[in-house]
Amino acid sequence: MSLLLTRLHSGLLQLGEIALLATDVVKSLFQSRPRLSELVEHTYFIGVKSQSVVLITGGFTGMVLAAQAYFQFHTVGMDTAVLALVSVSMNSELGPVLTGLMVAGRVGAAIAAELGTMRVTEQIDALRTLATHPVDYLVTPRVIAGIVAMPLLAAEAVVVGIAAAYVISVSLMNIDAAYGVQNMLYYSSVAKTLHGLIKAAIFGALIGLIGSYKGLNCRDGAEGVGRATTEAVVTISISILISNFFLTLLLTKLMPP
Amino acid sequence: MIEVQDLHKSFGTQKVLDGVSFKIEKGETVMLVGRSGCGKSVLLKQLAGLMSPDSGNVLIAGENLCSKTERQLLIVRRRFGVLFQGAALFDSMTVEENISFLLRREGKLSAKEISDRVNEVLAVVQLPGTGHKKPSELSGGMRKRVGLARAIIYRPEIMLYDEPTTGLDPVVSDSIDKMIHRIAREFNVTSIVVTHDIRSMRRVGERIILLANGKIYADDTPENIFSSKDTMIHNFVNGVSDDKEIDF
Repeated sequence: MSLLLTRLHSGLLQLGEIALLATDVVKSLFQSRPRLSELVEHTYFIGVKSQSVVLITGGFTGMVLAAQAYFQFHTVGMDTAVLALVSVSMNSELGPVLTGLMVAGRVGAAIAAELGTMRVTEQIDALRTLATHPVDYLVTPRVIAGIVAMPLLAAEAVVVGIAAAYVISVSLMNIDAAYGVQNMLYYSSVAKTLHGLIKAAIFGALIGLIGSYKGLNCRDGAEGVGRATTEAVVTISISILISNFFLTLLLTKLMPP
Repeated sequence: MIEVQDLHKSFGTQKVLDGVSFKIEKGETVMLVGRSGCGKSVLLKQLAGLMSPDSGNVLIAGENLCSKTERQLLIVRRRFGVLFQGAALFDSMTVEENISFLLRREGKLSAKEISDRVNEVLAVVQLPGTGHKKPSELSGGMRKRVGLARAIIYRPEIMLYDEPTTGLDPVVSDSIDKMIHRIAREFNVTSIVVTHDIRSMRRVGERIILLANGKIYADDTPENIFSSKDTMIHNFVNGVSDDKEIDF
């Protein structure tokens, strides 16, 4: 029981510290505008360098979703609803969530490892002595880059997923392309697409924020860097899954499909 | 210039600083010495505002660092140059980018002016032509000298050195000591050097502060410290261990 309370206390403490870091990032936006070159560098790292991961995730998720939907729908003669199901699922849930989880593994871990190493080798203290706030230089550009890059990556995953689903639906399962696409357009909506993009932007902020938090609070040398990296991926993944549920409720309320 | 008033700092139950007070005048070079774990580096970090004390004040030209926020401290820290124990160079940048980091961020100077300033300080630390190299391509002594160049490019009023000669061979140590001496003289810099190195204490210091058990045990000139009859001081400067310490 006491272990559970200690874990709960520690979790709440971390949540509070991440919230304080988020307020520091907002303050930093007004007090020291991030440089364009730094934003481009981090956006390139998060966006362009995650291409292969996102393309594979989006493509294969779309294909497996189409296959499973076909196996079920075919028994009741609803084959042409396959693309509609893929589109709705990918747009509002699977696209942003799976992209978020994959980018968390690649980028969140890299941010935590880089900042953690900087922390244990006193590079962050060196930054402070060079009259540079670590949040201004290290955290804010990464959070903004996450917010910019993630919706683009999620959109890419959705497009690739639907395209992959179309190819196997039409070529392997002999689904009528015209009806399939018509159904897809009928059941899809701009609101659902917007839900997905807004979620992806929020997941991007979480990846930058939590990755940076774990790195900046890293302790105990190489072992600490390893622990920070693992904790970053786990915490970001859990945060994405939990926040996704509440965002779905909130966004559906604010922007009904 | 620098005044430390009744500084206390603990980590858990371990008291690292226990009422440390001293003053350092402008242009003075002070060696902060003591055995490992006696709180020298912690004290140095508090002088730079990198760590807050549990109680007490650190005044830099009358400004109390302990009452300032991190953003306010950024302005005060422009007066400082700090050489870290491991040099703390930014791994992802070249030597030139490391040295010119703040000048580039400030954006007040042209690329040509920044390059000239970098070459000037690289000449001071005797590393001309190394601007394009990455920190991983440098030896320990070279890294320290690049760290020194990065610290002095802004012409600081106060230089803080955290074990500048630790891990270096005697010849490189001597060259670093000479640079510390030269920088103090040429730029009229107030210098605080944390060290274990007895030779550096003799060569560089005008005044030695010896810390023990979180307090100032001695504060005197090198001559008086090295000729002291006090057992603790004598053992420290001559590197003599207590019998209890080999009783394992």
